[in-house]
Formats: sequence, C-alpha cells, structure tokens
Amino acid sequence: MSALLEVDGLGVTFTTEDGPVHAVNDVSLTIQRAQILAVVGESGCGKSVTAMSIPGLLPENAQVSGSIRLEGVELTRLGAGELRRLRGKQVSVVFQEPMTSLNPAFSVGYQIVEVLRQHERLGRRTAARRAVELLELVGIPAPSRRLREYPHQLSGGMRQRVMIAIAVACSPKLLIADEPTTALDVTIQAGILDVMRTLRAELGTAIMLITHDLGVVADIADRVVVMYAGRRVEQAGVDELFAQPQHPYTLGLLGAVPRLSVTSGARGRLTEIPGMVPSLHEDPDECSFAPRCPRAAADCRAHRPALRAVRDEHLAACFHPGPVRP
Amino acid sequence: MTSYLLRRLGAALITLILGSVVVFLGVHALPGDAALALAGEERSPAVLAQIRQEYGLDKPLPVQYLRYVGQALQGDFGQSTRNGSSVAAVIAERLPVTFELAVLAVLLGIAIGIPAGIASALRRGSGLDYAANGFALVGLSVPHFWLGLLLILEFAVQLHVLPASGYASPLSDPVENLRRMLLPAIVLGTGLSAVLMRQMRSSMLESLSADYVRTARAKGLPQWRVVGVHALRNSLVTVVTVLGLQLGALISGAVITEQIFVIPGFGKLLVDAVFQRDYPVIQGVTLVTVTGYVVVNLFVDLTYSLLNPRIRLSGRST
Repeated sequence: MSALLEVDGLGVTFTTEDGPVHAVNDVSLTIQRAQILAVVGESGCGKSVTAMSIPGLLPENAQVSGSIRLEGVELTRLGAGELRRLRGKQVSVVFQEPMTSLNPAFSVGYQIVEVLRQHERLGRRTAARRAVELLELVGIPAPSRRLREYPHQLSGGMRQRVMIAIAVACSPKLLIADEPTTALDVTIQAGILDVMRTLRAELGTAIMLITHDLGVVADIADRVVVMYAGRRVEQAGVDELFAQPQHPYTLGLLGAVPRLSVTSGARGRLTEIPGMVPSLHEDPDECSFAPRCPRAAADCRAHRPALRAVRDEHLAACFHPGPVRP
Repeated sequence: MTSYLLRRLGAALITLILGSVVVFLGVHALPGDAALALAGEERSPAVLAQIRQEYGLDKPLPVQYLRYVGQALQGDFGQSTRNGSSVAAVIAERLPVTFELAVLAVLLGIAIGIPAGIASALRRGSGLDYAANGFALVGLSVPHFWLGLLLILEFAVQLHVLPASGYASPLSDPVENLRRMLLPAIVLGTGLSAVLMRQMRSSMLESLSADYVRTARAKGLPQWRVVGVHALRNSLVTVVTVLGLQLGALISGAVITEQIFVIPGFGKLLVDAVFQRDYPVIQGVTLVTVTGYVVVNLFVDLTYSLLNPRIRLSGRST
C-alpha cells in the first residue's frame, strides 16, 4: 500500500525585498496512514513552511517546487478551488496560537458547524449534534453548553481542544499540528497529546507534528525528521533516533533537553549549541551546520553532505556521524 | 449586557445634562442683547425692562436655566424672539429635512466607503488601492462649500441636469425631492465615505493578517466567507465607532451644505437664528443636536455589543 503523503524534493523560496530566501530545500518525507511523524528543529529551520506548503497555506510570495502527493494526487498542481475543498476536509491544521486562532466574534459552535456545513453539506441541526460529539471527542466537559460560548470564555487549553475539534470535524486523512502544545502549560500539553493519540486510534488520522520539544516527540511520535536551515539533517524511527542519534545537530538538541535522572543527580549540565542559525539568503555548497559543529572538518566546508543511510532505516546528512556526544 | 446598557444610559444622561448647561451658557456668552434686538426702534429703558421681564431675561442665570430645562422636557422650547412662533414647531418642521439629508449622506458614504475600503485592503499596493487612497485624500481635503459650488457649476449651470438649489417635499414629489437632495448628499457624503474608506481599509488589513483568518482559510472556506464573514465582522467594530464620531462632523457639514443649496433644514435654521440672535431657537436647535448626537452614540454602543460578544456577555459568569 502506498503512503498517505509523499513529499518529494520540496523546495520553498520566498521573494523578499532583500532577495530570495530559501526557506526549504530538497525536503522529502512520507507519512503512512495513522502514523505520527514529528518534524523537529529550531525556529526558522523551515519546519512550519514545509507543513504549510501541503495544504497550500503559504503566503503569496512563496514559490514551491518539487512534489506533494496525497494518496497519489499531486497537490502542487491543484487549482485554488480544489485546494480549498481539500483544506479542512482531507488535510487540516491546528495552529500554535490557541488564544488568537479562533474568531472572537463567533461562538464556538458556529465555528465548528461552519466547517461541517462547508464540506459535509450537513443541515443546521445535524451539524450542531455532530459538533457536540466532536467536543466530547476532544474532551471538553458539558459540550452542549460550551457550544454557545465564545472563545474569550474558554481557557487556552480548551481553545486548543476546540481548534482540534474543528480540524478533525470532517475526519481528515492528515492532521498538521504546528506546535500545538507550545503555548500551553505542561499539564494541559499532556491532555492535548492524549487527544491526538485518541484521534489516531479512533479515526485513523495521520498526524504531522511540528515541534521543537523533544519531550513531546518521545511521547507521541512514530518517526522523526530533524531539520536544520531548511534541510533535513536526520530521519529515523523515534526509538532509533533517541537511542542512536547520528547527526551532531540532533545530539546538540538532545543535550539541550533538561532531564531528571537519579543516576546523574543534579550534576548534569545542559549543553547549548553555540552560534546562530545561518541566513537563508545564500545557499553555499557546504554543510550548513559546520560553523556551529564541534566535529566540523575540511570536508564539511568543501561540500554539502548528502542524506544517506547510516544505519538501518536511519538517514543522516553528515560526513562524521555517530552517537558519541562531543 | 444589562449592566453595560445601564452604564451607557447613565453616561448618556450625564452628557445630556452637561450639554444643556453648555448650550445655555454658550448662548448667553454671545455678544449682543436679545432685548435690544427685540425692541427694534423702540429703545426706551421702560420698554427694554418690560421685554426682559416678559421673556424672563431679568432672572438669575440658574433660574433661567432650570426654567428652560423644565420647559424643554415638556417639549416647550419657548417662542422665537424673532417672530413669536413656537420653537418646537419650527424644529419639528425643519428636522426631517436635515434628517433626510443626513441619511442620504450616510448611505452614500457607506455605499462608497465600505466596499472601497475592503477592495483596497484586498488589493493592497495595486493601482486600485492607490486610486482609492487618492480619492480619500481629496475627499477629506476638499471643503464642503467648494465641492458644493463645483457640483452646482457642473451639474446645474453647465449640464442643466440637476437643480442648483431649493427643496421639494418627499411627500408631494419624491422624484423632485431626490433630484434636489442628490447634490447636497454627495457634498456631505464624500468626506464621510473618505473617512470610512480609510478606516475600513486599515482595520480590514489588520483583520486579514489575524490568526483567525488563517484558521478560516485552513478550514477550506471560500474567499467570500473568509473576508466577508470572518474578517469583516471584526473590522466593523472600529468602522462603526468612526461612523458614530463622524455624525458630529456631518451635522456641522449640514449647516454649510444647507446654506449653499438653500435647503430649509436644521442647519439653515441655526445659521439664521444666530444672525438674528434668536436665543430660544439657537438653544432649541443646539439641544436637539446634542440629544441626537448622544442618541446616535448610544446606538453605536449598542451596535458594538452586537458585534463584540465580549461586551455583550460581560457581567455574565463564564
């Protein structure tokens, strides 16, 4: 069976006043049905741009190259109307900002019913009943009362649950969750992740989870893509990646995660990755991580390392891969 | 909602009281003696004293004020010192004329300003955007009297398609009424449409970049729903505010416009009354204007609460 989503050689360039910005270069990934793929990286690494190019939600100054296929259908060649019918129906998005992503002028019920009526052509009352079920599904207590409430009457966690209810209203095949828990308290985070697990189990929804939180990744993801400066640098199953990280950037990210450990006590220090994310205006033929990399050698600056299999089902773009911490 | 309305009503009442005091004192601060104006040729102290007593002008100001307010509350604004006719009757006769002019101007302003603002925001940086902004700048800068004269020159004097001045009752001849009201309404509506256009454009631009509009797009809603429902509903809050504030400018604009087009409305009544130092008429007209302004703003506040659930639901437990 072919994959649900196949992204092949995706490139996204933004035209700006300061010249073109190569936000995403040659990104390929696949997501199977009911799979949770995490895309990880620092702010500005191109993970959100990669995700938003799938439902065609990039700003007008973006040029997309490469191929994005959903169940074999090429999305980059769809017209505006066809893309619109796909959004909210087959591919849905949950955004990072629960406080501002809902329209303050309309009730929660209106905003859920609206998407049901748009795509499923449901009548008003059927849609309202379905909206109650959806609020139950995402774990909102007293759903029929909440339906009449407005976003400002809900907490951040509740709003994010409503966003998820809207996103899964039409049982999409793919849910793109762009930092869905970043703006929320840790306890609320766990609840949101539970909701996503339930959706995957009950609706068979595949989830593309954009995050910089490796704790969330370890908790929920099946596979992980690590991005740096608009490119993939490492890609593996979640257990493999955490057990045998290969790319120095991934190692750096893991070293920057605080952890409680009985054996190391309070003595373990967090490591940081020195330097800054490079500018995306130029695209020189060298490893973009080299300026910040402890393992960088002459070959790293002479050529860009290609993504290659360093272990079984484990890709890394590095001339000097290995799990040893620098 | 109820407490919000009560607060608004209370504020409106206080504004009205303060407004009436200011109107009353303002009229008395005007140079010139009403008794002298009334007396005409007859200027003997005895006649003047009799006139002052007859119109209550010899009483202390607070007494005059209270008497005035008490009568005004009963719909009695006194008699014109000019011709003795009832001020209330004169106002009732003139008010509908200005009201019609204002309604036409507002309709015109909305019909031009709102769509132009939306289109301008959607096509930001395009030729259309620049054209609309240019129009707005001109509309804001051109004084009413100049635009009025220009329109009269073009449509009445040169093209002979519309009358230059005068008024016809809409009850006896609706078509002629509209023909005569069109140019004044354009004069008054142009500035308003420019203000509305600019406000609509900027608040629409703000709404369009909001996260909830991105959500609306991600839901796969058609463009007209994204713009016309999600963005517009939030943009209208500030536009309604500006519209409410502009009604004040509209009233002062009507004074000049009615003068140019010789329309027997409220504004013309006021100007004539000022020239004739007809205190009761000035007071009556100004008080009715203040009341109208307060009522309109109350209405604006009501509209807010309809547009913004945060106001509507305040005071209710969440």
